[in-house]
Amino acid sequence: MRVTVIDYKAGNLTSVLKALRRCGAETEVTDGDLSLVESAERIVLPGVGHFAATERLDTTGLTSAIRAAIARGVPFLGICVGMQWLYAGSSEAPKQPGLGHFAEQCTHFAESQEKVPHVGWNSLEIRQSSRLLSGVEPGEYVYFTHSYKAPVTADTAAITRYIEPFAAAVERGNVMGTQFHPEKSGATGLKILGNFLSWQAKGNE
Amino acid sequence: MITKRIIACLDVRDGRVVKGVQFVDIVDAGDPATQAARHARDGADEIVLLDITATHEGRSTLLDTVRRTAAVLFVPFCVGGGIRSAGDAAQVFEAGADKVSVNSAALKDPMLIDAIGHSFGAQAVVVAIDARRDPEAADPVRDAQVFVQGGRKPAGRRVVEWAREAEARGAGEILLTSMDSDGMRMGFDCELTAAVSESVGIPVIASGGAGTVEHFVDVFGRGKADAALAASIFHFGVSSARSLKEELAKAGVSVRLPC
Repeated sequence: MRVTVIDYKAGNLTSVLKALRRCGAETEVTDGDLSLVESAERIVLPGVGHFAATERLDTTGLTSAIRAAIARGVPFLGICVGMQWLYAGSSEAPKQPGLGHFAEQCTHFAESQEKVPHVGWNSLEIRQSSRLLSGVEPGEYVYFTHSYKAPVTADTAAITRYIEPFAAAVERGNVMGTQFHPEKSGATGLKILGNFLSWQAKGNE
Repeated sequence: MITKRIIACLDVRDGRVVKGVQFVDIVDAGDPATQAARHARDGADEIVLLDITATHEGRSTLLDTVRRTAAVLFVPFCVGGGIRSAGDAAQVFEAGADKVSVNSAALKDPMLIDAIGHSFGAQAVVVAIDARRDPEAADPVRDAQVFVQGGRKPAGRRVVEWAREAEARGAGEILLTSMDSDGMRMGFDCELTAAVSESVGIPVIASGGAGTVEHFVDVFGRGKADAALAASIFHFGVSSARSLKEELAKAGVSVRLPC
């Protein structure tokens, strides 16, 4: 299967591409060629770095193209900042809107004694059955590195606890996101990417 | 619950893993890609590859080594040694590293931290600090000094201050090596690690001196380390990250298990 990976010049795509290929995907990368998004079978929006970098998605027209692809039912996976972008926005860059697929805002971790960024392996608490986390057992560990996080809502597939519970994975229909990095999360991460690659629309979607 | 990371460190020279005691008695410990994959399989939470190749020609060997190693790894992978510019860092990222560690080049030009962080994100920048206690100072720990050139030359900076500056410039983690303890297998410098960890808001990786499971329990407790680096303890079948973590779990340390 073919995966279109969006490059918005916020960090390094090598790890994501490598992991997707390991799971059997053919990968193509676009930093602005909208025809690749229009013909995409699956889309991955990786992301490390600052939420403000997503401005590039707007200026290149990728935001509209991705919105249309999602409406067509193309499976979409956002990773880290790529997941946060699915929300209305983030306090990291208040002037930069997100896609707004999920209505909530992403926020910085609350002040506490704990270190921020949240870096390292932390465990997943499964909130509801999801296709993205199919076969992932409660308590499996995944790798995080982030200072901002999405709130726990009805679409949250799994939560993780650090300072406060936050959305570690989100899923609604064909739109999925992980705050953690599946490409860096060993066997658990590869299983999750594999689930995304085998995602098929159900009859009623 | 967030876990304490056990990071396997491979010192690499001219494309081969080597290990010495305080930078002498260097022995060949195998192929980096093979060793890295083995450590990941054996439960290491992260892999650090430190290139100690002294020569200029070694650069292309390093990139090839990084490429081959990254190809078999699906856990975080950090590369250090010889990164002198944002351009050097970009090549290493392109070859598949997730993080780079910078040391003497950042001391010479602290803006390097800002530059790499700006292009690749703070999570991708690890500032490595080689530290020695200052036995002459009133407080040998708080006044510990930064060293360069493999611990031979003082850099004229206090460790705690430099760690704070690195954080302010956008470093994502500090890799703190006690040159007094390194290679001795007598335990980490927990006082120094705690002093640095309490002074910054970013994770601190402790390095230098691991010899027993107790040493790790200590540095995660008293030393307030977020992660610990181990090189010699993993080589030559002395132990594995998995068995180390199983022992740590018994001692009440939160670690990623099963792994």
